[in-house]
Amino acid sequence: MSVSEMFISLQGVLTADQDIREEIRKVVQTLEQTAREILTLLQGVHQGAGFQDIPKKCQKAREHFGAVKTQLGSLKTKFPADQYYRFHEHWRFVLQRLVFLAAFVVYLETETLVTREAVTEILGIEADRERGFHLDIEDYLSGILTLASELSRLAVNSVTAGDYSRPLRISTFINELDSGFRLLNLKNDSLRKRYDGLKYDVKKIEEVVYDLSIRGLNKEATSVAGAEK
Amino acid sequence: MSSKEGSGGFRKRKHDNFPHGQKRDEKESANSSSSLMVSFKSFQLELDTRHDKYERLVKLSRDVTIESKRTIFLLHRITSAPNGEEILNESEAKLDAVRQKIKQVAQELVGEDMYQFHRAISPGLQEYVEAVSFQYFIKTRSLISVKEINKQLIFTMGDEETNTPSSNSHDEQLCTWSLKVTPVDYLLGVADLTGELMRMCITSVGNGDIDTPFELSQFLRQIYDGFSYIGNTGPYEVSKKLYTLKQSLAKVENACYTLKVRGSEIPKHMLADVFSTKAEIIDREEGLS
Repeated sequence: MSVSEMFISLQGVLTADQDIREEIRKVVQTLEQTAREILTLLQGVHQGAGFQDIPKKCQKAREHFGAVKTQLGSLKTKFPADQYYRFHEHWRFVLQRLVFLAAFVVYLETETLVTREAVTEILGIEADRERGFHLDIEDYLSGILTLASELSRLAVNSVTAGDYSRPLRISTFINELDSGFRLLNLKNDSLRKRYDGLKYDVKKIEEVVYDLSIRGLNKEATSVAGAEK
Repeated sequence: MSSKEGSGGFRKRKHDNFPHGQKRDEKESANSSSSLMVSFKSFQLELDTRHDKYERLVKLSRDVTIESKRTIFLLHRITSAPNGEEILNESEAKLDAVRQKIKQVAQELVGEDMYQFHRAISPGLQEYVEAVSFQYFIKTRSLISVKEINKQLIFTMGDEETNTPSSNSHDEQLCTWSLKVTPVDYLLGVADLTGELMRMCITSVGNGDIDTPFELSQFLRQIYDGFSYIGNTGPYEVSKKLYTLKQSLAKVENACYTLKVRGSEIPKHMLADVFSTKAEIIDREEGLS
């Protein structure tokens, strides 16, 4: 094989690679669009009136996840199944975003942390690498960290909306999350940087809780909550 | 050393912190903390396993790089050495050692997605491509293909003393490992090769070898044409190397120019250094001029 023939065949490989990437990019764009729609929908909970119809908003968001499932389904047909990590960076970001959205919905519904298995079920993908298009653990954890900062915002806004008990529950949840993350030995990568932001979320919520307790508002909240029960 | 101590200290601090966190959890939400903590413990294990594997591969890749570099240096000595055959044999032995390292990489990657750890092993593979293609060029004066390289990276059990205790697995398919150099790694390795060829060209001029520079410049031009054909369809790194390649080619072309124009002068300057080998050529050239 002459040198120029070799380069021609290499060029063919590279072009094929670029074509695949182009296809992936197209699907990822539609996924990003859907993710934005879900986010806009869920942002409504921060508004004063939004706290009442959280269940309704969650249900609507759940419907949108159907579209996510089909889009992810078409994404996995765009490249050879055993080359997930070759193209990983294309969908990494949007997948983290979707994990966050799914985790946010689950938190709003049940006030618990969504498990990795549950996320993959909502998104219609696999939990294990061996089984095909899966959710990378770092992407899952990254999405969860986004949830933490969103919840610290929710804590502030729920006080504004007059709900004094929610920040306390969020505080418990975030603290638990924080001790969970402290178990991990993270490398100096993007996940580590995201994790370093968690302490500011914790701090923010602790400030809210402090503000509530120094004014005796938390007692009111717990008594109200107790009365509700 | 200090960094090691630092990380140790960090770990210790982490452990100190942990019980407080747990205590707080127990107080605040005794029931749900367990399941969350259990899953995070499994995440810890998963991440640690992955990071450990990555680090092992980085280490192997570094070994491959170092040994490949040494092979290249060894091969450079061929321009001045009297017995080229001996150096080629020695380089072959060195490359075999490198391939044993790559075999270990292949073993680490069994059942894994190679691209997940690609960034760890890519520098080593590029350097290996450089060394192998350099040796191949010296032997055959042509460019080695990706296929040829990958053919050498299929390992079977018999290559080495068996390191797995399962001696009952007779069929070869079970104990075969292979690693594929990606086209991009190959391209980057070849781009680095041109730098070595440039150096080889200059030293051979210094040694009074008149033919090699011209051969080299022709070969380099072919490679340069190939890279120009690929242009910027390849990844960013390939386009970046194209610039260096252009410089190397210019150097070689200039050297050839100088040889052609002042061909008769240069050997006179070098007379003291390369007296023995040059005498014949000078005779001929002085006869011509």
